[in-house]
Formats: sequence, structure tokens, C-alpha cells
Amino acid sequence: WDPGQTVHLLFMYVCVMLHRTHNQMKTYLLQNSEDIRCKCICPPYRDIEGQIYKQNVSLKDCNCLHVVEPMPVDGKDVEAYCLRCECKYEERSSGTIKVTIIMYLSILGLLLLYMVYLTLLEPMLKRRLFGHSQLIQSDDDVGDQQPFANAHNVLSRSHSRPNMLNKVEHAQQRWRRQVQEQRKSVFDRHVVLS
Amino acid sequence: MQQFISLSYKYIFVMQFHAQTQFSLSDILKITPFDDVLTWSGVSAATPTEEMNGAGNLMDFLDEPFPDVGTYEDFHTIDWLREKSRDTDRHRKITSKSKESMWELIKSLLDAWSGWVVMLLIGLLSGTLAGVIDLAVDWMTDLKEGVCLSAFWYSHEQCCWTSNETTFDDRDKCPQWQKWAELMTGHAEGAGAYVLNYFLYVLWALLFSFLAVSLVRVFAPYACGSGIPEIKTILSGFIIRGYLGKWTLLIKTVTLVLAVSSGLSLGKEGPLVHVACCCGNLFCSLFSKYSKNEGKRREVLSAAAAAGVSVAFGAPIGGVLFSLEEVSYYFPLKTLWRSFFAALVAAFTLRSINPFGNSRLVLFYVEYHTPWYMAELVPFILLGVFGGLWGTLFIRANIAWCRRRKTTQLGKYPVLEVIAVTGITAVLAYPNPYTRRSTSELISELFNDCGALESSQLCDYINNPNMSRPVDDIPDRPAGPGVYNALWQLALALIFKIVITIFTFGMKIPSGLFIPSMAVGAIAGRIVGIAVEQMAYHHHDWIIFKNWCRPGADCVTPGLYAMVGAAACLGGVTRMTVSLVVIMFELTGGLEYIVPLMAAAVTSKWVADAFGKEGIYESHIQLNGYPYLDVRDEFTHRTLATDVMRPRRNDPPLAVLTQDSTTVEDVETLIKDTDYNGFPVVVSRESERLIGFVQRRDLTLAIKNARQKQDGVVSSSVVYFTEDAPQLLASNPQPLKLRRILNLSPFTVTDHTPMETVVDIFRKLGLRQCLVTRSGRLLGIITKKDVLRHMAQMMNQDPESIMFN
Repeated sequence: WDPGQTVHLLFMYVCVMLHRTHNQMKTYLLQNSEDIRCKCICPPYRDIEGQIYKQNVSLKDCNCLHVVEPMPVDGKDVEAYCLRCECKYEERSSGTIKVTIIMYLSILGLLLLYMVYLTLLEPMLKRRLFGHSQLIQSDDDVGDQQPFANAHNVLSRSHSRPNMLNKVEHAQQRWRRQVQEQRKSVFDRHVVLS
Repeated sequence: MQQFISLSYKYIFVMQFHAQTQFSLSDILKITPFDDVLTWSGVSAATPTEEMNGAGNLMDFLDEPFPDVGTYEDFHTIDWLREKSRDTDRHRKITSKSKESMWELIKSLLDAWSGWVVMLLIGLLSGTLAGVIDLAVDWMTDLKEGVCLSAFWYSHEQCCWTSNETTFDDRDKCPQWQKWAELMTGHAEGAGAYVLNYFLYVLWALLFSFLAVSLVRVFAPYACGSGIPEIKTILSGFIIRGYLGKWTLLIKTVTLVLAVSSGLSLGKEGPLVHVACCCGNLFCSLFSKYSKNEGKRREVLSAAAAAGVSVAFGAPIGGVLFSLEEVSYYFPLKTLWRSFFAALVAAFTLRSINPFGNSRLVLFYVEYHTPWYMAELVPFILLGVFGGLWGTLFIRANIAWCRRRKTTQLGKYPVLEVIAVTGITAVLAYPNPYTRRSTSELISELFNDCGALESSQLCDYINNPNMSRPVDDIPDRPAGPGVYNALWQLALALIFKIVITIFTFGMKIPSGLFIPSMAVGAIAGRIVGIAVEQMAYHHHDWIIFKNWCRPGADCVTPGLYAMVGAAACLGGVTRMTVSLVVIMFELTGGLEYIVPLMAAAVTSKWVADAFGKEGIYESHIQLNGYPYLDVRDEFTHRTLATDVMRPRRNDPPLAVLTQDSTTVEDVETLIKDTDYNGFPVVVSRESERLIGFVQRRDLTLAIKNARQKQDGVVSSSVVYFTEDAPQLLASNPQPLKLRRILNLSPFTVTDHTPMETVVDIFRKLGLRQCLVTRSGRLLGIITKKDVLRHMAQMMNQDPESIMFN
């Protein structure tokens, strides 16, 4: 058993693995090869009308000669034609755009669902489960018609649930009270942020 | 004499606290003044748990935080000196412990580096959120007009990115992106399609703004408005609990996108500052160094504000200067360096997300470098005057409208108000192509110069067909009919924007005002620029133009006039100076244009200041009655402390506690009957010599604590503030020692101190109250509210508008 040979083999193995990961990363990154482009805008010239040319080339090839194909003018006029064209290199990340928009829409959707639950469903559930009399007992919201003031309090009857759930409920109730206070300051009494 | 020495020590020591002085204190203060002058004897012992990086139990964040001694109530001002002294105590303890073991040394290094870690995290999160906001706004704004069929998450420009069907004349059209009318009925042109598009545009705008205001109302009412006036107040020492909370952060981000996409005349820069400060607050809670000390927290918030402006404009240096000039109250050099770092990290993060696909940070980055001429300073100064006048008009009109919203029935229907304003905006904005698109795109188009390849109406110049110049150096050309048409539409857009922004800023959705002001200025500037350009072309033989404008040369750049106009209007409204110029030239990359921008900014500030000293943010602070003592106001009246102090002649006498003869019951009655924030402690009611000052909240908590924990403390127990217990009979119940909550060095002035000095002391030291003595005997008290009311009275404003303490 030769330790040098083992080290040699190990070294080879590591190199092969790195090479493979490198190739994988390259194919992944260049998957969206249409995310780079060179856009050349050429104005009308003599009797040729204006045109826009686009190609997926890299920055060093982003000039009139590489992108404008087929060239509408002949040899002598190519330079004059190209002088008027404006070529710009642009890149974007379509993956980022897709992920961002979908993430944003899902967060917005969740918030809307929660809002609908808080404002519409919960008082309906509460009324159906416990009848009208419980609503009158809500004390500290004189004149405040917010339905979910003590709703959760009434809904959570059992105290024998494990600690975690109780804590979450208490935290949620505390949050609601805070939001109510904020709402009173901002919307009703116009004390802050008017 | 003793008091004068102590006062001057405190004065000099706190000068070190902020960057407004040039003293070198190590010469004057060979001793550390903290021990002698500011003895909070036992406070550092009383706050036992000063954990290093207080990660704590993860479940504890669900528990209600127990208010301990040294925290502040909502809507109160902090005690800057106490916070500074506590931080120094903490630092000294860590430094002394670090010599003990290797682990303590590592902990001390971590403590030193925690500031930088917080800045890094703030930069990363703000940059990410700004990138998300930009991408989402881009998409949702286009959603009002149509949708991309191949991939619904692409905006108009992104959808047509890869298409090969774009032509030179219809650069924006491609078959993958269709307007709603075309999608629903199949017709792209015609009156029916126009009406259907119009209707759907208004419908989408109403839907977005309704969602925004509902979310704000249900989840986080503090997320409305711009946020900068409240952040200014918070940074000066005010506490608004929940204003920088997690729900406020989430709702502000989500609803900002909705509000901007709905086509309302508002921007996202001010709300981005609020978002960045929320991120700052969020990361402060990771380290006890910042979460337990309100003074240190405000240092972090100043830096976070800089990061916010940095990502809003793509202007890191401008962001730091904005934080220094507009937002922060105390800005020591350490904060400058940290703000720079936070702004840098935020800008870097935003660039790596790359929301605009061209490696720029802001939508209106322009790249021309044509020179300007000295004779053009005349129209630039005129634009500056316009900016100042518009700023004054806007501030007065907006404050009047906000006051009406605050006091009359209009304030009772916030949701209806938002929907109504959105409806009016959408209905009036759609017909005019310059108001139909988003304001950022409008500004971008106005800032850009017309090359030979532009196809917009604004660039419809009559081209010389034999012209073969390269695209950057187009000589002045006569305007075609498209340009005159565009001028009409721009003039209408200007009037519309001027009027509608007054009603939009201050509604109950996140709203900023940088972009609308810049839009107003850009439109005015472009109109002036085109006028000057045409005059120079058609009358090139006039004396003014003959010197600098040859026919066939590129003399006038209307895009530059638009930039100058935008700077002038923004300066007129916010009264920024240096930060404005730096932001503008970071936006445009044109260092050649610093002089015109400076000229316009200075002119607009002069003109606007002639009508009223306050910018829009200070005016809103005044409208809300926040206790903000502005460093810019000068107090030049000859009143004395005795004119302002309370109690006045007909008031009941000052409520004091004695050193060792008040009972627990007396104290509780005093707390219940009055609503003062603190009480002076004197030796006895006869001699009235001052011992110290005790805060109401500390008193309440200490007595509650004592009743629960200590045995033998009943209502008739005597409360004493001395070091040793008073001599009492054995039959008396056990006395209660409250020396640890007593501030033994309250600030005092004599009754003949001029108010000028008193105001200066309040401003520079961040005091909340100051006691007035004569010959060592306590006469009265001056609070910050009294100072603000007095200043308002001296300036003939309503002193009753100061609401908070």
C-alpha cells in the first residue's frame, strides 16, 4: 500500500469532481443565454427604411459589423451606414424577474387572504358558534366597531392546550391590540401621521 | 459657582457627543466626567443582564416584554445623557472583563464588530427590498395597460425583449404583449378599443389603491404617509412604538408597490427611507448593545436612512449627505463612516439584483456630456425661481389640505378619499400620453437628449437628410409639428401634476414626494429648454446667441434644462442644498453640470426661504405637533427662564417629593392625581434645596416591584432617597430605599438665565426638562414642551399645537 499513490488518486478524484461541478454550473448559468443581447438601431438611409437588429452576442462583439445581418448596403456604403447605427449591449436576469414577481404575488395573496379572514370570516364564525350575546361583552372598544377585537379571546376556550399554541394566541391578541391602538391614533384621533 | 462648574462640565462633555463642535476634549477633561458628574449610582447594577449578543430564548419573542427600569413610554422623549452614560458603563465593563480570559477577549471583539455586522445586514436587506420593489412596480405599472402572453410576469419592455417583430417605427409593439382591449375583443385600434382600455386602466388603478389602503388600515396603520417627518422626530429622541416594526416593514413594502403602480402622483423614495429604517430597527434587536440602548439605536437608524436614499436614487454619497442634512439630529463622525458603509453595501446589493437590465441603479441615468454656456445661467436661475415659488405654493397648499383632513369630516373617510383621488388621477391621466405612463419613465424621457434615432413625439425635429454626424453631436434643428404637440401636452401635464400632488401627498397610503417634484421641475425645464433651443436656432443673429451659438453647432441641450428644473423644484420643496446637488449629479453622471445645478438649488432655496423658513418635512412635523426642536431655528428674543418656567403665578405649587418624609401612599396619590413625567426631590418642604430628579415611570415600576417582592412595605412606609435610612421608631413599617432611581445630577439653571441659553442647552444636550433654582432653592421646572410652546408663541404661531412631551 503506497501512501503516495493514494494521495495521487485522491487528488485526481477531487479534480474530476471540481471539473464536473464547474461544467454543471456553466450549463446552468448559460441556460438563459437569451438574457444577453446586443441591440442595434439603424435609421433610414437613402431608400432603405429604418431597422432594428438584435442578436445574442457578448460585449466585445456588440458592434454594427457583427450584429447587422444581412447587411442591406454594399461594400462602400457599409461604413457610412454603420456610422449612423447605435448599438447597445443589454443584459437582464429573467430568472430573478420571475422569482421576484411570483414571490411578491404570493405574499400579496397571503396577506389578502388573511385580511379577508380577519375582517369577514372570523366574526361570522364567532357569531355562528357563540351567538349574539358574546359580542355585547366586548368592553374596551367603545364606539370602535372593529369585529376582531375580542374575537380570538372568545374563540379560544380551552386552556389545556400545549404552551406553544397558547403563546401564539396571546402574541396574536397582543398584536391586534397594538394595531387597534395604532389605528385609533392614525385614523380616528389624527394624532400621528396626519 | 459649583453649579456653573457642573453645568460647564456637562456642556463640554456632551459637545463630544455630537459632531457640532471642534473641541479636543482630552485636554480639558483629564478625568472621566461620567463618574463624578453623571452618577447613576447603581443603575448599571440595577440592569443586571447585559448579555453580549442577546440572542436569548427563541420562544421569548412571543412573550410580552417586561418593562424594566430605564425603558421609555410610548410618545415620550428619551434621555440622551442617560443612554450615553449607560453605553459607556457597558463598554467599560466589557473592556475590564476582556483582560480576564480569552473568551472574554473574543466577546469584546465581537462587541466592537457588532456595529459593522448590523450595517452589513441593513445594506443587504434594504438593497434586496428595493430591488424587489423596483421589479414589482415595473411589472404592475404595465399591468394596467396590458399583459404579456408568453410569460405573465414580464413587463412590456421585458416581454418584447427577445421578439424579432419590432420595427423601427413601432419600437414598442410586439405581438407577445397585448393591451386588454385587444385581448378581450380582438380589436387593437378604434374608438371602442380606446374606451375599453381607458375603462380597464381606471379599474386597475382603483383596485390597486383600494388594496393598498385596506392593507394599511387592517395590518399596519403606521405604514401610511412618507415617513420622513416621523423618522426625523424619532432620530431626535422621540419614541413611537411600532413605527419601525416588522409588520410596518412588510406592509409598507407591499403597499408601496401597489400605490406607485396605481398611477397616483407619488414616489417611492421617502417610503424607502422608512423601509430601510425598519430594517435597521429589525437588526438592532439582534444585539443587546443596540436593542437596550435607545441612543445607540439612533446611530444605527441614521445610517439606515442613508442606505434607504442610496437605493432609492442609486446615489450612495447623496444618501449619506441626505441623512446628515435632512434626517439625523446628532451625527457624530462614527455614524458618517458607518452610513457610508451601509449605503455602499445597499448600492452593491441593488446592482447585483439588476432591476433595470442595464447595470444602472436608477431609471434616469443619462449619458450625454455636451457642455453648457455661461449665458444659459439666466434660464437656469429662472428655473430656480420657478422651483422656489412652486415649493412655497406646494407646502402651503398641502399643509392647508392636511389640516383640513385632520380637523374636518374629510378625515373620517380615508378609504373613500384614496379611491376618489385615484379615480380622478386615472381619469385625467389617461388621455395625455405623458401622464399615462409612470412618472419615472416620464422623467427619464425628459432628461434624455434627442439623438437621430429617437422616435418619440418630443424628438420630432426636422432632420437634415444629408446629415451624417455621429449620433451624439446633432446640431440644433428646427422643431417639427410633433414637438409643438408635445409642448401642449407637457404644459397640460404640468398643471395637472401641480394640482394633483397637493391632494395626494399625505393620504393614508405610503407616498413620497421626490419623484412628483422632480417631474414638475423636469416638465417645466424641458419646456424652457425647447423654447431656448428654438430661439437660438431661429434667431441666431441676436447678440445673446451670436457669441456662443454658431449655426450648425449643438448649442442647447433641453435635457439639461429638465435636470436643472427637477433639482430646483426638489430643492424648493425640501430645502435641501448640498445633498440635492450630489444626488442629482450621481443620478446623471454629469460632473460638468454641477454649476448649473448648484445655481438652481441656491436660487430656489433663497426664493422659497423668503416666503417661509420651513421645508415640507418640518411643516408636517409642526402640523402633527411632534416635540422636535429644530437645530436651524434661531432664538433671538430677550426672555428669561423665569418667564417660561412652571408653575406660573396662578398655578398650584410644584409637585415635589421630599428626601425622607414622603410615604408610599403619598407617592401613589401624587402619581395618580398628576400627569407629570417626573418629580424633583428636595431636602424638605421648608428648605426646598434640590437633591435630584426622579422619573414617573421609574417611580411607578419601583413601587410596584417593591410591593410585590419586598416584605414589610405597606402604604405607610416611608420612601427615602438618602444613602442611609432615616431614624424611625421601631414600630414604623420598613422604609423603602429608592436611591437607585434618583438622578443625582439634574440640569439646573438660575432664574435669570436668558432663554437663548436655555434653548441652546436643550438643543445641544437633548434634555427633556431643566430645573430652575434661585440661591440654591428650587423655583420651578422647564420642560421641552414649555420651550417649544414658548418658541411657537414668540413666532406668533399657535402654542397649543404642541401636543407631545
